[in-house]
Amino acid sequence: MSVTANHADEMLLNALADGELDAGHVRDVEAHVAGCAACAEKFKAIRALRAAMANASLKEPAPAHLRSRIEALFPAAASEPAPASASLKGAVARWWRSFIGGFAVGGALSAAATAILVIGLFTANQDQQIADEVVSAHVRSLQAGHLMDVQTSDQHTVKPWFNGKLDVAPPVIDLTAQGFTLLGGRLDYIEGEPVASVIYQRRKHVINLFVAQRLGAARATVQAKTIQGYNVRHWTEQGLDFWAVSDLAGDELDEFVQKISADLRPPGAS
Amino acid sequence: MASDASGEQDRARRFRDAALPYLDDVYTLARYLMRNSADAEDAVQECYLRALRHFDSYRGPAMKPWLLAILKNVCYAEFARRGKQDVPADVADDETATDEPVWQEPQSTPEASLLRQQDDATIRNLVSALPEPFREAIVLREINDLSYQEIAAVARVPVGTVMSRLNRARAMLRAAWNAANGAAQATARPAAQSARSAAATPGSAS
Repeated sequence: MSVTANHADEMLLNALADGELDAGHVRDVEAHVAGCAACAEKFKAIRALRAAMANASLKEPAPAHLRSRIEALFPAAASEPAPASASLKGAVARWWRSFIGGFAVGGALSAAATAILVIGLFTANQDQQIADEVVSAHVRSLQAGHLMDVQTSDQHTVKPWFNGKLDVAPPVIDLTAQGFTLLGGRLDYIEGEPVASVIYQRRKHVINLFVAQRLGAARATVQAKTIQGYNVRHWTEQGLDFWAVSDLAGDELDEFVQKISADLRPPGAS
Repeated sequence: MASDASGEQDRARRFRDAALPYLDDVYTLARYLMRNSADAEDAVQECYLRALRHFDSYRGPAMKPWLLAILKNVCYAEFARRGKQDVPADVADDETATDEPVWQEPQSTPEASLLRQQDDATIRNLVSALPEPFREAIVLREINDLSYQEIAAVARVPVGTVMSRLNRARAMLRAAWNAANGAAQATARPAAQSARSAAATPGSAS
């Protein structure tokens, strides 16, 4: 690649336009572009091309017959994804059946009542079970129209929205300056209990941050898991359990967790 | 207990929930790699079959780049099977770098005209006309929205190679765009190339 002493490497101009430079390089390259007409012109052209490609509809939606063909590959395709409460009831009922071995538990037993029993009985695999549910809730939320109950980037709108819907006040933190945009909030159900989900976004990756009291074993340190390709982080802070789920890369989700966690700590606490 | 059958069902359901949301992304890459819909559809189907087979051993990274990496392998295997000329496998990026000018001076106001006439079909055709592996890189970046790291993982090359491929892809798109719009007159290319090749073959540039 053509790099001269006087001009920025074109690959760096591309990386700057792509938002892929670290802070130190961003400063250097931006400073150079600001003072160099030739590089400024190149940078402008790269951005113009990016804008043109972003505005053109270049994505090719899968044709309907292909979608049916792919769906037909999986035997489970017949059972449509169940709504939250039904699939939860199913999951609890399945677990319950396997636990008492053969006793039929009818639909008469409500999911909530079962969940109370279950909370007392779960031990080692409780966290795994919750992690699976949290991931399912995340996937469900990505389906059109399911993501947000309250849609705003204003933390002072999201937080009061949860009042009266939950017995906890989930912290809602504005991390826009740190590259995580607040999208809104949603009420979800995990293990039959209502939980708050605060939704953030980095680039096109959605992060669901589930917050509730006692959602899994208390964890002073962050527990990392990967389930079905989604990164999951769980930790306990200020008496609340936090579960962050996203298809964001692991290190970026760690960064998110650190920022949330740092904001929760009262000033002066170590 | 009937746990085997239900376990299998459960696995298929989990796979479906995790992988199906990316069908459009997978199909898009398949369209740009295979360049026609029938081959693209076959590749997508093979991709999902393979992904389901390997789902148990799958531990990350994210689902989208994982699926796209499988799709890419399926497409390349198909190219190899056909003995296609276009087989993109491991083209040495830098050696081919002199075929096209990496940077072409804007003739009139190409960026203004880029913004003015966003002709979807034209851009799509220009992208489709890019040689591998530059087409793959730009599609993964601009259409599938992958990060440099994720593109590197899909293409199995270092991030530096991804950067150089994207740079080349964009330079070629700009040049092709200029040519398509007539902004670059017949004089533009030879002028740019003669400057570049002057040292190697003095006097040969007409």
